[in-house]
Amino acid sequence: MLSRTANHLYWMARYVERAENTARILEVTYRMSLMPQAPELVTQEWFAPLNITGTLFPFTGRYSEVGAREVLRYMVLDQDNPSSIYSCAKAARENARAVRGSITSEMWEVLNSTWLELQRMNEARVDSAGIVQFFDWVKERSHLFRGATSGTALRDQAIQFNRLGTFLERADNTARILDVKYHVLLPKVEDVGGAVDYYQWAAVLQSVSGFESYRKVYRDVITPLRVAELMILREDMPRSLHACMAEAYNILRGIATSQSAEAVRLAGELHAGLHFNRIETIFSAGLHEYLTDFLTRTSTLGSEINRGFFTV
Amino acid sequence: MFAETCFNEMYAPDGSVRPHYQAIAQWLTDTPQDRVQQMRQAAQMLFHRVGITFAVYGDDSGAERLIPFDILPHIIPIAEWRELQAGLRQRVRALNMFLHDVYHEREIIKAGRVPEAKIIGNAQYRAQMQGIGLPAGVYAHIAGVDLVRAGQGEYYVLEDNLRTPSGVSYMLEDRKMMMRLVPELFGCQQIEPIEHYPDLLLDMLRSVAPQGVHNPTVVLLTPGQYNSAYFEHAFLAQQMGIELVEGADLFVEDAVVYMRTTGGPQPVDVVYRRIDDEFLDPLAFRPDSMLGVPGLLQAYRAGSVTLANAIGAGIADDKSVYPYVPDMIRFYLGEEPIIANVPTYLLERADDLAYVLAHLDELVVKEAQGSGGYGMLIGPTASAREREAYRERILEAPHKFIAQPTLALSTCPTFVEQGVAPRHIDLRPFVLSGKDIVMVPGGLTRVALKEGSLVVNSSQGGGTKDTWVVG
Repeated sequence: MLSRTANHLYWMARYVERAENTARILEVTYRMSLMPQAPELVTQEWFAPLNITGTLFPFTGRYSEVGAREVLRYMVLDQDNPSSIYSCAKAARENARAVRGSITSEMWEVLNSTWLELQRMNEARVDSAGIVQFFDWVKERSHLFRGATSGTALRDQAIQFNRLGTFLERADNTARILDVKYHVLLPKVEDVGGAVDYYQWAAVLQSVSGFESYRKVYRDVITPLRVAELMILREDMPRSLHACMAEAYNILRGIATSQSAEAVRLAGELHAGLHFNRIETIFSAGLHEYLTDFLTRTSTLGSEINRGFFTV
Repeated sequence: MFAETCFNEMYAPDGSVRPHYQAIAQWLTDTPQDRVQQMRQAAQMLFHRVGITFAVYGDDSGAERLIPFDILPHIIPIAEWRELQAGLRQRVRALNMFLHDVYHEREIIKAGRVPEAKIIGNAQYRAQMQGIGLPAGVYAHIAGVDLVRAGQGEYYVLEDNLRTPSGVSYMLEDRKMMMRLVPELFGCQQIEPIEHYPDLLLDMLRSVAPQGVHNPTVVLLTPGQYNSAYFEHAFLAQQMGIELVEGADLFVEDAVVYMRTTGGPQPVDVVYRRIDDEFLDPLAFRPDSMLGVPGLLQAYRAGSVTLANAIGAGIADDKSVYPYVPDMIRFYLGEEPIIANVPTYLLERADDLAYVLAHLDELVVKEAQGSGGYGMLIGPTASAREREAYRERILEAPHKFIAQPTLALSTCPTFVEQGVAPRHIDLRPFVLSGKDIVMVPGGLTRVALKEGSLVVNSSQGGGTKDTWVVG
């Protein structure tokens, strides 16, 4: 297939996934902000979504305060923020439009009508319907897109680049969501392991739709170690780093050419690391440090994919 | 202004419904107004969701707009269509023979039937094409011939579009929409199908591949998603199952065209190009073109790739060459034209110029090389000031203009704000020339939605209708 087409399909999928995960990140932050806490800490949480998406600097250039309203405005409907949900939906749709001939009408119509609907929204309308409902809607549209894709698209190379984009973006985003906990400080040292800590880890779990799965897998109370294990190392957890890298590695092996051997090797290395690691080892070196390193390697893999397939 | 004099497609002069419109007249009577309104809204919503839009140049606000769709079809009895089809075949065959002649022996010039200056001095003439042999001798593989009816209903060819005619996607989408909205009307009469157009197109494109290529790779070359007809490019590529490529996706090496794929370079045999000549190859034409493929002309001249339509086909659809088409038919085929030309004044002729300047309020004056309805003067509806301004433009360069009588274009009932009212229409059938000449019955009907307006171009506020050839 055309390199340009592959590139558009890959980015179309990445932007859909990014929009969904931005909704998830904001949702977990929002849930944490609703927990009882000292007033001086209330706005602290809202630094988290900015920190983990690397947008604190551009944000503070435009907004004077870091509060719920400002961060939501910036990350949901702000047209000038290239990583807002609005901008992601727009970019997904533009990539799809560039390769309309290579995707099914069902896939196109999901992205196009999402975009049309999003254009009709404004802060007041999102507020009146409820922000959580809005996040649910974003997730639903993303689910619908994946469903339309898996239900209608030919199983050819095009769908592989589409899926590759999904899993790479998801791996990146899950790592960032997990890192929220690092950025959201607990009020006091003795709160570690306390009620607030518990609820925060539960919120992280819920944001990746992992709460029920956690109960099924562990049949036990929520502990940080297990939440991290579920989201990093469990291969059967669809949003875990391990599951995403297993998929990405498999796809890359299937579509590899001589020029993209390095991308396959990097994905294999990342996958092997997740496959044979233990959560205790990760925690002893530091969860935040582990996630930071993972994000760097995923980004290198992204560049290698770009070099190996899209710049022929 | 013309309402009382022009041909009404649906009603005979005595007010009775013409036989081929009986079914739709009955349907209009039987269907409650609000139901029809619902359908019109449903159609608009569907077109938006599917993204059947076009871009209007020079308009920053509405980057993508819908072409208005009218639910009342334009209906043609099959016997009438057979006649038209024969006329279109004849005309397009003669035009292709003319193009071959222009770029080879120029017999028609030697015979004194077309002045040499009309060809050599024409901006559409491409010297690079001189002497090049093309598969099947075809230059205009896809022709969009605009037909109008005037007077008592006689057909005229308004213009031949032989470069990159567009609109066929609307023809197909309009049909899909009608079958969805009013399936009952398809059940109760014989409406000729048109849905196989993409198959005919692909067949034709494969049939004109360079000699010796057995399983040709066909691609559609688009200027990209900001082009006004991008939807159509994507649509046709998808319908034919071929790659939609941009200039940067192709490259030429040793006079062979390749596309860049994830599996490495792959040779390309036929390019259905929707880019104008001037932008095709920056090495041969406009050096500032970012849309084209450097070296494409060299590969084309070497015969390793077919371009559809051929470079230089525009010489035959130029408005200043148009008046000679009936003579081409006589010269190459020894036949009388089946469909007439609109009488045309060439303003480079002194007596034509004098006549036109004296009758500006009755005539339509166009630039010989304009397209899309931009920059024309419609005498009867223009203001005195507009006519004066145009007169000055004409006098500056008379040879750049042609004039035609204001035809009382036929009207077809159309939904407008106030209900159903007659609006002027034209018809663009799409004629495919490969080893044979084929077409689907009907074409794209365009309708001028403004009362009294004669301009049907989508860029000027025109709409479209489904076209039914009924047996």
